[in-house]
Amino acid sequence: MKNKYVFILTITVICSLLLSLVSEVLKERQDKNIAIDRKKNILSAVGIDIAEFSILDIDQYFIDNIDTLIITPEGSLVNNISIESLLEEENSQTGEIKYFDQKQDEFLPVYTEKLSKSIILPVSGKGLWGSLYGYFALDADNFSTVKGITFYKHKETPGLGAEISEKWFQSNFIGKEIYDNSSLISINVTKAGLADKAALHEVDGISGATITSNGVTNLLKRDLKRYEPYFIKNKK
Amino acid sequence: MKSKKTFIDPLVDNNPITRQVLGICSALAVTVKIEQALVMTFALTFVLVMSNVSVSLLRKYIPSSIRIIVQLTIISTLVTLIDQFLKAYMYDISKPMSVFIALIITNCIVMGRADAYAMQNNVKDSFLDGLGNALGYGAILVLVAFFRELLGFGTILDIKILPDFLNNGLMLLAPGAFIILGLIIWAQRSITNFVEE
Repeated sequence: MKNKYVFILTITVICSLLLSLVSEVLKERQDKNIAIDRKKNILSAVGIDIAEFSILDIDQYFIDNIDTLIITPEGSLVNNISIESLLEEENSQTGEIKYFDQKQDEFLPVYTEKLSKSIILPVSGKGLWGSLYGYFALDADNFSTVKGITFYKHKETPGLGAEISEKWFQSNFIGKEIYDNSSLISINVTKAGLADKAALHEVDGISGATITSNGVTNLLKRDLKRYEPYFIKNKK
Repeated sequence: MKSKKTFIDPLVDNNPITRQVLGICSALAVTVKIEQALVMTFALTFVLVMSNVSVSLLRKYIPSSIRIIVQLTIISTLVTLIDQFLKAYMYDISKPMSVFIALIITNCIVMGRADAYAMQNNVKDSFLDGLGNALGYGAILVLVAFFRELLGFGTILDIKILPDFLNNGLMLLAPGAFIILGLIIWAQRSITNFVEE
């Protein structure tokens, strides 16, 4: 009778020791992988072909050409906070991610890329089956011309909504404008085939994936709005 | 002779998927691409072999009233280990698969073999039984993935074989896997004349 408890206790202790040991040993490597993955996605948002980049190249490119800025929701630059110290909090209804510091003050991250003069903003929102996570790149001078978009994580239907991570869909955004004179319009994803190629504020959606397409429209509108004070302050 | 049979039997004649119809969930989930099927096979082989061996080693000491809990503890430890390992060394492949790797814990094959075989047999036979079942499972997984990737994306291991216009979206969804799996089971049963009682 007593044996039973001793036995299960021994097994549990051995297993948990093993797990914590392995987790401790592999932690550094896993964190590195996650950081590299994030960097890869930021780079591909500005249209850099990362397929030929090694991990070292990516790190080096980041050191050379990418600056990470932290701004307040009012659009002013903060110098004493690093992106690593911000906590991400996702709204499970809308998929919006907010960034807070220890004191629960809200901040926003911005990445700037020197070579193509772009700024890269994280965007997220609801699709059909789950949240869509991506990066959106804009011209760093007028904050209006779109340089690119990527989605690095989503749960959309393969062959339909999942096409948002394909090149043909993402390249539609390049060259569009999110501003019309001085008002923020964002980009509308229309029904498939309905977008006027010359229109500055709309791109073709995906047939059979209306909810995913609408999700992209909504998340862009909402997340770009958050950066509007920053755009106004820094516009040239 | 018996050892050889222990290993060979689950590969075809007593295949865990097509004959015993176990482990179907993962056969649907990770068979969109061959690469994913191979990683899943690798992960399951590790878990199944190690759990069979450890359960077999402990079989004389495990109190029978709590044997399921003990087996589950061992299996979930192994699954977490392989998941951590994949996240550290094969991050790009493991990212979309992580949730399915974690679900190996609930794969009926693993617990089925631990309770039905490893609890009664010696370490060597349990090892072979685990290996045989894992590879039998893997063979079906790769076979299903081969057809789904070929018909769905027109590629094999990401190498383009068929032109884009032949791509069939149904193959990328779960029903595609059901259809192919059903055809494989049908083919096997009509060759072996096996009838479910």
